[in-house]
Amino acid sequence: MPVLEGKELRIVAFLCNWCSYGGADTAGVARATQPTDLRIIRVPCSGRIDPLFVLRALLNGADGVLISGCHPNDCHYSAGNFYARRRLEVLKQFLPILGIDDRRFEYTWVSASEGQRWQQVVTSFTQRIHELGPAPRLEDAEPLLEMADMALKPLRPLGTGQKAPLDELKACIKSKIKDLDVVIGWQQGYDAAHTVPLFMRTEEDVDRLVWGPFNVNNPATYVNEMIGKAVPLDKVKKIGVVVKGCDSRSIVEMLQEKLIDKDNIVLFALPCEGTFDMARIDRELGRYSKIDKVEYDEAGVTITADGTPHRFCITDYAQGKCYNCSMPLAKDADDIFGTAPEITGTPSTPPELAMLDAMTLEQRFSFWKGEMDRCLRCYACRNACPLCVCKDYCIAETREPHFISQEWNVREKIYFQYIHAMHLAGRCTLCGECQRACPVGIPILALRQQLVRIIGQLFDYKSGMDSTATPPLLCYKVEETNIKQREL
Amino acid sequence: MSTYRFAKSSDLPALLAFFAKENRVLVPVVKQAVKPSVVFAPWKEGMDFTLDKPTVPAKEAVLPPSETLVTYEKTRNPEEPDKFLLHLDDTPEATPTVVFGCRACDARGYATLDRPFLNGLYKDPYYAARRNSLTVVTLTCNSGCNTCFCHWVGGGPSSPEGSDILMTELGDGYVLQAVSEKGKAVLEASPLADGQDREKEVMETRKAAWATLSKKPDLSFAPDRVLARFTDTDFWKKETERCLSCGACTYFCPSCYCFNITDEGSGMGKPGRRIRSWDNCMSSLFTREASGHNPRAAKAERMRQRVTHKFATYPENWGAFSCMGCGRCISNCPARIDIRQIVLDAIALGEKE
Ligand code: SF4
Ligand code: SF4
Ligand code: SF4
Ligand code: SF4
Ligand code: SF4
Repeated sequence: MPVLEGKELRIVAFLCNWCSYGGADTAGVARATQPTDLRIIRVPCSGRIDPLFVLRALLNGADGVLISGCHPNDCHYSAGNFYARRRLEVLKQFLPILGIDDRRFEYTWVSASEGQRWQQVVTSFTQRIHELGPAPRLEDAEPLLEMADMALKPLRPLGTGQKAPLDELKACIKSKIKDLDVVIGWQQGYDAAHTVPLFMRTEEDVDRLVWGPFNVNNPATYVNEMIGKAVPLDKVKKIGVVVKGCDSRSIVEMLQEKLIDKDNIVLFALPCEGTFDMARIDRELGRYSKIDKVEYDEAGVTITADGTPHRFCITDYAQGKCYNCSMPLAKDADDIFGTAPEITGTPSTPPELAMLDAMTLEQRFSFWKGEMDRCLRCYACRNACPLCVCKDYCIAETREPHFISQEWNVREKIYFQYIHAMHLAGRCTLCGECQRACPVGIPILALRQQLVRIIGQLFDYKSGMDSTATPPLLCYKVEETNIKQREL
Repeated sequence: MSTYRFAKSSDLPALLAFFAKENRVLVPVVKQAVKPSVVFAPWKEGMDFTLDKPTVPAKEAVLPPSETLVTYEKTRNPEEPDKFLLHLDDTPEATPTVVFGCRACDARGYATLDRPFLNGLYKDPYYAARRNSLTVVTLTCNSGCNTCFCHWVGGGPSSPEGSDILMTELGDGYVLQAVSEKGKAVLEASPLADGQDREKEVMETRKAAWATLSKKPDLSFAPDRVLARFTDTDFWKKETERCLSCGACTYFCPSCYCFNITDEGSGMGKPGRRIRSWDNCMSSLFTREASGHNPRAAKAERMRQRVTHKFATYPENWGAFSCMGCGRCISNCPARIDIRQIVLDAIALGEKE
């Protein structure tokens, strides 16, 4: 091959049928010399290219992936490439957190008449991939385990919420419960140091409602199955949900996506003072047979297990998200009790993300290899996610399409995390339920944190804050403010 | 009379090395994380291991999360080029394995899997090959914990069922007791010192463990009472309301054994595989039929299946509960669904009626 010397590498190219495939054809007809590393897949439109195709190709051993579509304003379906541009830019910026060099992926525009431009795009991309060499394979990476540093500073004092006007809230719920099919909240679980979701239908049920740092579950997870517009089964008419600030963002996001109707839901809110990271509490308690009592004070709790007291200060043991929380009291709730605390300071990088930021690409690749190895594919992460609304039809388990192999290896396991993360891009509110649900403690939240950071930077957007806002990957701008096109 | 051997903590690596001469040895290792977990991994010389209770039981030793049942390859018949030759290979994969440091509930899990896989109408050759080459060294528990209830369901912290060797921690080390012929042969060939003189201490330690367990309710009515709730949709709806329909409870269970079979690859050009992989009754897809109809479309129906299978239908077929009381479905459930409570509620309701 005259253009490039040395061994061929594997480059996958997705080209839109109308422009870039035509462009490649024009180059071919003109007998323009091109490197032969490219394997072309023709698709109807760049808007048809799911970022997961790219990730699959990279996981399965592609050394580079190139996407080319019609120039902006030239899409044969008018806006496919505008949507693609947003998605593909997010994908490009997402790759480094996975330990994948983002230079291995590029997207560009080539029209059907631009045979010469096509030749130049292919040549320069192929050259770039040859300079990078063969892509590292997950199979060959040395596993690495590392732990996030959870010593964090909150944006406002955290507490145990014991002064919150719970009785007023209860009275309000009681006054409305006849008009609601069910109200979701929390009650004590199998002992005083664990709560479980509570489903209230009678006034006696309301008496079991608790408020405090053990209320970790996000009640929004149950909303879609009850009132989701796409859910055919067992639907009810109107529900109430008691929410912490973060929980309310999940519900607002559902409203934004028109998954539910506002008419079907009433939100009750109290100011939250933080919730416990139960993983760290359980680690500290160790193996015990019985919780004797839990005593509250303003700064924390003392849990006595098998006669031994353990003190947990909320500032040291809160969930990672609570330190950065800027909305502890749901602003969009229908019935709000108590007042929101003043928030000072700016949020810091979430701990899991900060850990990955400090690593090299190679270390990140090794990290995911090491961590995902113990994944059992139980999909608790998926099912705990309030916004994973098609979990009963998830492509992780369907045979048509057969997205994930049933083979047991890290590649297939992490691919599900890619799927979940990409499906939540621009939607995830960082409620943290996916990671909390993982029984083997894989810090999968880091992937979502990175996406939220990218979305914030690119589109100046925060999900679940405004029920009238359109999520950024469901819309586009003809001139994007923060997407800088790279030349090839 | 049982064979006893004694090992100091520092003797354990040598014991593992002895096992490893002819076996793959699965030992519990800690995966450090903000939420640490204990999983089984193949032991290698110098590797750190733990004797803490594993988060994930070593069910993989007999029922791997994914295994190839058959590989198939289609090639053109050189004699008749328009015809194909089909090559099949269905040899069971089985490496001689020692599971070291599982708990009594996990070992009873093997006994529970043995019944349907080995004692039924058809014997599963893949399971049989692995089970026959398995040696189980169980650590007896010196105390119960908040979520386990082995003693409710026919077991106990030192139940020998399913084990070859029981290992009990004493102040200065571990006493290993053979509880099967295989275990006896292994212990006698091992480099460990005799431990016969510690028998009394061992028995006292095991007895003391019982005292730490929760109060045991009478579950003798459980099969009838759970079955009696079969058509009581409201009961199951109420008990299942907070369930997320994930599969954690079944994938972390030592005795759940549902699986799926998938053919991957056409077999043309390169071999295709028929893969058996774990599946679980809590997932909606598990029972969805090709027509789109799903006999267990609601999560309550799926929970009914899980609990009824463990506490009523398996006992009806095999004469024992298929819940080992290990508590993993409780401690690993993101919604902390408590199977103990569901069974107790079913019993209490039956009493009222
Ligand atoms: S993120 Fe905020 S609202 Fe949510 S639990 Fe933490 S402190 Fe409460
Ligand atoms: S992906 Fe995780 S953090 Fe994001 S909304 Fe879903 S459960 Fe919450
Ligand atoms: S919850 Fe954890 S173990 Fe289960 S599928 Fe998700 S990452 Fe894997
Ligand atoms: S682990 Fe819990 S939430 Fe998940 S399916 Fe089982 S019972 Fe339901
Ligand atoms: S059903 Fe739950 S308690 Fe019983 S053996 Fe399975 S995981 Fe353990």
